[in-house]
Amino acid sequence: MKNHLYEYRKFVLGGIALVIVVSYIVRLAFLQLSDGEYKTRADNNAFFNNVIFPARGVIYDRNGELLVYNQPAYDIMVVMREIQNLDTLDFCHTLGITQAMFDQRMETIKDKNKNPGYSTYTQQLFMGQIPAEEFSIFQEKLFRFHGFYVRERTIRRYATDNCAHILGDVAEVSQKEVDNDDYYDPGDYIGKQGVERSYEPELRGIKGVEVLLRDARGRIQGHYRNGALDRKPIPGKNLTLSIDAKLQALGERLMEGKMGAIVAIEPKTGEILCMVSAPSYDPHRMEGKQRGAQMMEMQHDPMKPMLNRAISGTYPPGSTFKTSQGLTFLQEGIITSSTAYPCSRGFRFGGMKVGCHGHGAPLPLIPAIATSCNGYFCWGLYHMLSNRTKYPTIQEAMTTWKNYMVSMGFGYKLGVDLPGEARGMIPNSDYYDRRLGKWNALGVISIAIGQGEVTLTPLQIANLGATIANRGYYVTPHIVKDVEGGKLADSLLVKHKTKVDKQYYEMVVEGMRKAVLGGTCRSANTSMYEVCGKTGTAQNRGKDHSAFMGFAPKDNPKIAIAVYVENGGFGAHYGVPIGALMMEQYINGELSPGSEAKAAAFQSRHISYGTYER
Amino acid sequence: MEQGKGNKGIFLSIDWVTILLYVILIVWGWFSVCGACYDFNNPDLFAWETNSGKQIVWGGTSLVLAAVLMLIEKRFYDTAAYVIYGALMLLLAVTIVIAPDTKGSRSWLPIGPVKLQPAEFAKFAVALALGKLMDRYGFSIKKPKDIGTAIGLILLPMVLIICQKETGSALVYFAFFLMLYREGMTGSLLFSGFACVVYFVVGMKFADEPIANMPVSIGEFTVLLLAMLFSIGMVWVYCHNWKAVKIMAVACFGATLLAMLFSIYVIPFDVCYVMLGMCILLTGYIFGLALYTRIYKYALIGAFALLSTSFFYITDFMFDHLGDHQRVRIEVLLGMKDDPRGAGYNVNQAKIAIGSGGLTGKGFLNGTQTKLKYVPEQHTDFIFCTVGEEEGFVGSAGVLIVYLFFIWRLIALAERQPDTMGRVYGYCVLSVFLFHLFINVGMVLGLTPVIGIPLPFFSYGGSSLWGFTLLLFIFLRMDAERNLKKNYPP
Repeated sequence: MKNHLYEYRKFVLGGIALVIVVSYIVRLAFLQLSDGEYKTRADNNAFFNNVIFPARGVIYDRNGELLVYNQPAYDIMVVMREIQNLDTLDFCHTLGITQAMFDQRMETIKDKNKNPGYSTYTQQLFMGQIPAEEFSIFQEKLFRFHGFYVRERTIRRYATDNCAHILGDVAEVSQKEVDNDDYYDPGDYIGKQGVERSYEPELRGIKGVEVLLRDARGRIQGHYRNGALDRKPIPGKNLTLSIDAKLQALGERLMEGKMGAIVAIEPKTGEILCMVSAPSYDPHRMEGKQRGAQMMEMQHDPMKPMLNRAISGTYPPGSTFKTSQGLTFLQEGIITSSTAYPCSRGFRFGGMKVGCHGHGAPLPLIPAIATSCNGYFCWGLYHMLSNRTKYPTIQEAMTTWKNYMVSMGFGYKLGVDLPGEARGMIPNSDYYDRRLGKWNALGVISIAIGQGEVTLTPLQIANLGATIANRGYYVTPHIVKDVEGGKLADSLLVKHKTKVDKQYYEMVVEGMRKAVLGGTCRSANTSMYEVCGKTGTAQNRGKDHSAFMGFAPKDNPKIAIAVYVENGGFGAHYGVPIGALMMEQYINGELSPGSEAKAAAFQSRHISYGTYER
Repeated sequence: MEQGKGNKGIFLSIDWVTILLYVILIVWGWFSVCGACYDFNNPDLFAWETNSGKQIVWGGTSLVLAAVLMLIEKRFYDTAAYVIYGALMLLLAVTIVIAPDTKGSRSWLPIGPVKLQPAEFAKFAVALALGKLMDRYGFSIKKPKDIGTAIGLILLPMVLIICQKETGSALVYFAFFLMLYREGMTGSLLFSGFACVVYFVVGMKFADEPIANMPVSIGEFTVLLLAMLFSIGMVWVYCHNWKAVKIMAVACFGATLLAMLFSIYVIPFDVCYVMLGMCILLTGYIFGLALYTRIYKYALIGAFALLSTSFFYITDFMFDHLGDHQRVRIEVLLGMKDDPRGAGYNVNQAKIAIGSGGLTGKGFLNGTQTKLKYVPEQHTDFIFCTVGEEEGFVGSAGVLIVYLFFIWRLIALAERQPDTMGRVYGYCVLSVFLFHLFINVGMVLGLTPVIGIPLPFFSYGGSSLWGFTLLLFIFLRMDAERNLKKNYPP
């Protein structure tokens, strides 16, 4: 029987169906046609990017001697739900931990706040960076510890006891580094200091990745698209340093118990042959898990062993600076080779006095360098700055002077391939205008002898030696000789010409040769090759700093060197003999027995420094 | 004359449109099961060990079942309706006792290599019994005894299925009220049910969200406002008492408006206190009208108003003050699936899976969320996620549209039945499909409570596929016989 009374209700029911379907379609549109938020969340759900770490490049010295390498280390991983019948006592004993440490570690792993990625199905880090020797005992028993796995990592090891400042170290990235560079993820390692830091992009290589599919329980179900998106890691590039490991070792020996720096450069190439900063530290202290504690200790040491004084320390160059002054005056025509200035135990003029030691006077440039006459160079600078015919104002004279200094590599960073280089200080006319208001040549005269406002880094002093050895140019000093499968930055191979002509350099070379033959550097003289040198005795608030700058042989030089010993007294006390030993070691490849004895004597000659903050 | 046509005539009368839609849904469903169950280690979609392989078997046997059903005359059902009903109720009862415990539910009967769920088959028996009952001469839905019997036929299997701990499947039997509505049951009952759903969903979802700048919960505010609106509306529709409607509307909405203005411009306070007070006054007023006019409708409306007002507070109390353990028990009782990974994990993952599909989806077998089991029960209750992820908006909206046409077609078929039994049975069938679609897709989209019932023809499983085929093809055979009515003995 047809029921016509309520037949209209078919439209109500059909309408209900319509409303349901339409509202669901609207809901679908909201979910599926809006932004990509759900897509991203789905990818985060399903894709697990398994990062494969490349081997970090190893580091050699210029003779192919291994300095830094990687050693396998092991992370012990645990899958909680696979643990069964664990003999906790045996386990703890094997790993050398206590039951309490075991319980605490397990609690930490299970704590979702401290370990947000926790799942009972996946591997969790139980203990990290176990060195191979400790690990081998564990590995023998691994089959007994169900649920425990091993993940291979590497730790950075040092094959040398030296070069700590140069090599630097690696450690876990900081949050800031993660934020600044997309390459890094928390837990990655990064070079923190030295070459490890400045060559980080070359050394680290490129991480590989496997795009894996992960199910809701965190278990891996296979490669996404059969590995089409996977990338193999590209290993880091090996570095060859320009450092001579033997020379470096001798330098560090000689600087024991002293503060200061030694920098040696191969003049023709700008390659740094050694870079000693004293006090130094044993690079092994930066290996593995202990790094943090060791860093802490050294940072609180008043002697600041972490500071690389060779590039970060700025010192008054003292008399080594006089060579640059002679060159400037010659080029500017203030003096000629025969110009002689008086020196009556110093520079005395208009109430200004700069003392000097006893030597014949008046004297021209070459003997002035050989005897390190203060008077000569003060007069030179005085005549330059006061020359109103050549320079209309003292400011212009000062600017000219400053430009010469800058062309010799002073006042700005040289651009060495290490982090933390300081620029030193070369005053200019603006500086004096601001500081002194109205000023004249007498007021700034001490800069002529490398005192006053002038400061250089030991690297800049060594570079001055290299410039003189090259008779007028230098190549940017650099510490890496070769990047395997890559090349050095162009900026490291640039030849910088100074503003002074070669002929004037020959005069300064002659003066430095005379200093060795019969002047202040007599103790550096040797019959084996012609040494050129210049001492420096820099005044400061304590005992004078002892400095030496030189190169050898005179013709076709192989090594230019700067030695700087804080509070070492006269240049001849520490600077000259240490410089002489270093040059002998490098040029001859070894020390003669007599020199060896001398080296041993210097090694044990310690300078007593106070404990005041430096 | 028409007798001569015999079965050949019936063959010509079969509604091939419905069969086409049925086949489309089954094939589409199989592809979805393939996507949901794809195993990276066993890419063979046709292997017997895989769910996709098994689903082919269920689909094939369903077609055989459909063909067999087309051979069984309507007369048989007419005669045996109560017997079938009785037998299946017995089976449901026996299942409670003999079924092994499967994840807390006692609804699966192992028969040889397969497991069957009698609850999935009982629907057609209830539909047949209802058809037979309402086809009886003199049956009137207005008579309390008749409607009582009909509701009893519906409630019996519900109770038995709840005893099997399959509350979700039991709730499906509410779908038969849609049929009762078509047959003349008062719309207020249906409306009250609708109101309950709205109160529950709105109240629970927005209970803790404040209206901008006011210390008022959106959920509470909306539920109370709707309670006023519905109660006053009912007085208007069923009692035509214009005067009372005017008084009530002005008082309730006026007071609410004043309270809101006061809250915004003078001192912010919870407007809901005022609204609650007005609702209580409103309820009292309606009961007063009932006593005064002696019209029982007022009393019913008053009861509705009272329940509406208290509904939010009762559910809120249940969820806030009973403690987690009891709350979970209530959720399970209400048929809401327990949530092993914390609040909303399942629905959230389902939304991620569907949302990541975009306009055209990731392509067949390329979905990651469903395959990697981020979505729970993705091949059964959450199958619609796979459609959403792999076929995108185009595919999932397409499925819904095919379903809409399917249901509309069944309405048309039901309306063209020559007798009450055919029509009642037809409406039962389409109501069940509509209910499943509403709950299942709504749950996946996060719009309805998570009740574990399958999406017909899509969800993996033999019992549900056979059950729906049985339900549908009995009706298609009845429909095919619509022109042969004369041949029955009177």
